[in-house]
Amino acid sequence: MESLIDIVLLAFLVGIAFAIVWMKDLLAVIMLLGIYGLLSASFFVAMDAVDVAFTEASVGAGISTLLMLVTIAMTGRSEHPVRHKPFLALAVVIITGSLLIYGTLDMPYFGSAQAPVHQHVAPRYINDSIEEVGVPNIVTSVLASYRAFDTFGEVVVIFTAGMGVLALLSVVRRPKNTTGDKARDIAKIDLINDSMHEQHLVLRIVTKMLIPFIFLYAFYVQFHGDYGPGGGFQAGVIFASAIFLYAMLFGMSTARRVINQSFIQLLAAIGVLLYGSVGVVSLLNGKNFFDYSALSVDPIAGQHLGILLIELGVGCTVASVMVIIFFSFADRKDNGQNLESNGIENNLKENNKK
Amino acid sequence: MLMGLYNYWIVVVLMMVGFYIVIAHGNLIKKIVGLSIFQTSVFIFYISMAKVDGGTAPILADGITQYSNPLPHVLILTAIVVGIATTALGLALAVRIKETYGSIEEEEIQKKDNLDC
Repeated sequence: MESLIDIVLLAFLVGIAFAIVWMKDLLAVIMLLGIYGLLSASFFVAMDAVDVAFTEASVGAGISTLLMLVTIAMTGRSEHPVRHKPFLALAVVIITGSLLIYGTLDMPYFGSAQAPVHQHVAPRYINDSIEEVGVPNIVTSVLASYRAFDTFGEVVVIFTAGMGVLALLSVVRRPKNTTGDKARDIAKIDLINDSMHEQHLVLRIVTKMLIPFIFLYAFYVQFHGDYGPGGGFQAGVIFASAIFLYAMLFGMSTARRVINQSFIQLLAAIGVLLYGSVGVVSLLNGKNFFDYSALSVDPIAGQHLGILLIELGVGCTVASVMVIIFFSFADRKDNGQNLESNGIENNLKENNKK
Repeated sequence: MLMGLYNYWIVVVLMMVGFYIVIAHGNLIKKIVGLSIFQTSVFIFYISMAKVDGGTAPILADGITQYSNPLPHVLILTAIVVGIATTALGLALAVRIKETYGSIEEEEIQKKDNLDC
């Protein structure tokens, strides 16, 4: 039965991937990519990787689809039909693929308990983590305690990517009462935006009731990650998705009033700093970097405290970086029309001068 | 052998589909989509390796003797979130390219660059 689910889900994934190659309409491509994310999340559940499935469902099917939709709203939804040397590309792909298939022939069979990957450190994590870390979810104890230094690196990468998006897309927000005509235009656009959102009355009321529960669920995932699937990464994404929902239904101008952008940017940095300072505290107490037994007299209590703190740091950073990314894209889109026409005109002028 | 290696072969097919999109398609958004297909195929590869027959999810509970390998789960869990952050960075670059060149098709961008110099 399990292998049947495996075969069907993977066959679906291949079908969707080929459909993505054929489609020229980028909106359809992005919708298919969302389905692809959801199917791979279901596949991860069938493979016992519940934490991974959790993350993939919220990221692959949710946030990445949303970001790509915002992007094609700015860049256009049709793709040029001409391919760049398709037969050469096909030949390269087929040769690489056959070499990789040849490589898999030596691999241990799927599901075999004797495979080398299960022999090295995995038994130590499975057998000893409950005495050493005291947390039932092994994934959390490896992520936040044994390999905390790796996870710190990942959090810094996420933070840097958020800052990169901010640097690339941030729009200088002009005060609304600068010059007469422009200010009136901007006010008019805001009015149109807001009135459009007023039409979704049922959606807005249902959302208002749902958002507290989404936040509550995010907190549950955040603080229950030691005992069940979940943790800072998933909680951060769920938390951010509630804010996205609010921004989409109530309009960007309302959402910007509710959520202070500089506070969110500060929170992203605080998350990374909180994570790093836990490591520094254990260094100052004469232990290794991220050795949580330094945090308390009882080593297990220290581990619990350390995991709680660094998961909190991860949650803060992930949630605020996701919010920063979404707001940067949406702001760019709102101000895009003006900027874009100005930019193209300037380019044309420069070209004419040459 | 067919069942034992089925997952890995699917991974190779998905990876090559993503690779083909990246090299043959000129549209930058489509290239990013291709990259995420490639990326997901690697996730599927790791998670397939972690599966043990008869095992359960790696959350300790009474009466269970066989768990799947937790280590690949940890690696992929963080890779997914880093993946979305880097994808967002790529999309931001595409938006800026569209604003400067008026297009996200590789050939048109190349043409405009050739005109300039």
